Amino acid sequence: MPPDGWFRRKSKFAPAPAAQIVAQVPDGVAIKCAQCSEIIFTKDFEKNLKVCPHCGSHHRLTAAERIAYTVDEGSWVELFANLRSVDPLHFKEYDSKLAKSVQVTGLGDGFVVGTAAVSGLPLVLGVSDFRFMGGSMGSVAGEKVARAMEEGIARRLPVVLFTASGGARMQEGLLSLMQMAKTSAAAARLAEAKLPYIVVMTDATMAGVLASYASLGDIHLAEPGALIGFAGARVVAQATVQKPPEDYQTAEWQLGRGQIDSIVPRRDLPQTLATLLSLLTGRASVNTGGLNG
Amino acid sequence: MASLNVLDFEKSIAELDENLSKLHQIVEDRNNPQNKPDLAGQIAELEEHRTALLSALFANLTPWDKVLLARHVKRPYTLDYVGAIFEDWTELHGDRMFADDGAIVAGLAKLDGQPVAVIGHQKGRDLKQRQQRNFGSARPEGFRKAGRIMQMAAKFGIPVVTLIDTAAAAADIAADERGISEAIARSMFEMATLPVPIVSIIIGEGGSGGALGIAVADRVLMLEHAVYSVIPPEGCAAILWRDPERKSDAAAALNLTAQRALELCIIDDIVPEPLGGAHRDWAESAESVKAALLQSLRPLTGIPAPTLVAQRYEKFRRMGRFTELEGV
Repeated sequence: MPPDGWFRRKSKFAPAPAAQIVAQVPDGVAIKCAQCSEIIFTKDFEKNLKVCPHCGSHHRLTAAERIAYTVDEGSWVELFANLRSVDPLHFKEYDSKLAKSVQVTGLGDGFVVGTAAVSGLPLVLGVSDFRFMGGSMGSVAGEKVARAMEEGIARRLPVVLFTASGGARMQEGLLSLMQMAKTSAAAARLAEAKLPYIVVMTDATMAGVLASYASLGDIHLAEPGALIGFAGARVVAQATVQKPPEDYQTAEWQLGRGQIDSIVPRRDLPQTLATLLSLLTGRASVNTGGLNG
Repeated sequence: MASLNVLDFEKSIAELDENLSKLHQIVEDRNNPQNKPDLAGQIAELEEHRTALLSALFANLTPWDKVLLARHVKRPYTLDYVGAIFEDWTELHGDRMFADDGAIVAGLAKLDGQPVAVIGHQKGRDLKQRQQRNFGSARPEGFRKAGRIMQMAAKFGIPVVTLIDTAAAAADIAADERGISEAIARSMFEMATLPVPIVSIIIGEGGSGGALGIAVADRVLMLEHAVYSVIPPEGCAAILWRDPERKSDAAAALNLTAQRALELCIIDDIVPEPLGGAHRDWAESAESVKAALLQSLRPLTGIPAPTLVAQRYEKFRRMGRFTELEGV
């Protein structure tokens, strides 16, 4: 065995294991990127819109963060905030899971709807928060998506929805399944009214949500690396003999299969939305400074 | 004799059936004329016993029993009903884009003299058929074929009938590659505004998006022992308890029976099956389905298209249960 000092000295110059650094910094000052394991100071991470400055991985956002990163300051007005899930089937532990999600997120439901402006362009905005039971679509989320579209029709406004969901919410059984039909029918009405409908798929957009309103936009944008697919990995493995490709069900893979119009980095999303909304509505956007400017 | 076609809870019936058929055989055997009078009484008694037993068994089916019945390999499938119910059935193949999906059949036919477009999931009974039908799990091409036929029906003012019987939509990589999610979403989107009457009936398994993808209808019916679910009970059990074997608990929790679906206002009516399930009497089942389809279609045919589409929208728009807090 070599003398103790050899490696200890060397380790002074070698990058220390991530856990070690995290242990040394006060709570909340730094985080470790789940993708590349590099340490990021929280201040830098938030300045970078929760995109890892080392590997570019787009970390999930809360609904509040998404709204703050997307719309003109002071333009957000939340709608339908008083809708709450019930437990119509008395499903095992649904009540406690709901209560926990409400507590963790501070939200009444995982889907948030409101009106706002992006670069001065008015729109109806809907955002899914993945922390709330995996963004799953139950009666409330389905109702809010439908109301967002109806609000767009009533006010002649374009509708932009940010999706992040594992799919339909099992705990509401068929009532959840029917939200797929409800939201698809609402999307059909929005289309008949000839109002722009833009979907921004974020990590993760799966199953019942991808197989309904998320796939019915005039334009489908996605964040880099977002997981987007029909069935979860285990179900796919059961149904398929061959091994899935490395990038299977990523935004990049879906782009190649023709399901997405464009992959847009988080920093560019407000500008891209403004440009598209301006092109589709014929309204001129204004420079509102900040992110969008 | 044990058989793959007999469910556990049906075993007592199967034994009775076997005894009955033995007695019938003896009666038919003309070499034994002197036994006839005695046996007639025995047969009647056995048949009475069988009816009573079936009634008792089927009055107390668990949700999981219903799942097994809905999946019963002897249960009539879409094409079995099509042959028995419709006239001039003309099958039409392919999505005009990529392929013909065997898991969804589509075509034109007449129902009591009235032209209709018929679309349904098709399962297979033997290995070869099952491969050809992809176990009734529709691929994107199936939904796109269904969409093509529905648009044609709309063009010619022909009502649409869909028969639902699928465990789930295809979940393999190839289906994902060709946009299975988009195909299901698009199908529901188009059905929502289709300007002709649509009647759907769940004849066996109503497996989540794969089923709903062709079931956005003015009237949605379910056979008495069919099931309709947001997720297969096995999958639900795997997620909830990390144990797919607790599927019967999951089946109960999911409220997937026709009776519960009616109470939750998801379906409009339950179509009765012959005593002991649709697989015991295909002809009677077909008659029951035909009567239900006619009864559902008739009041829809006179409604102007815009009213029909508006009513369909309201029907699905109302689905869901939630509360609205005051002062929030």
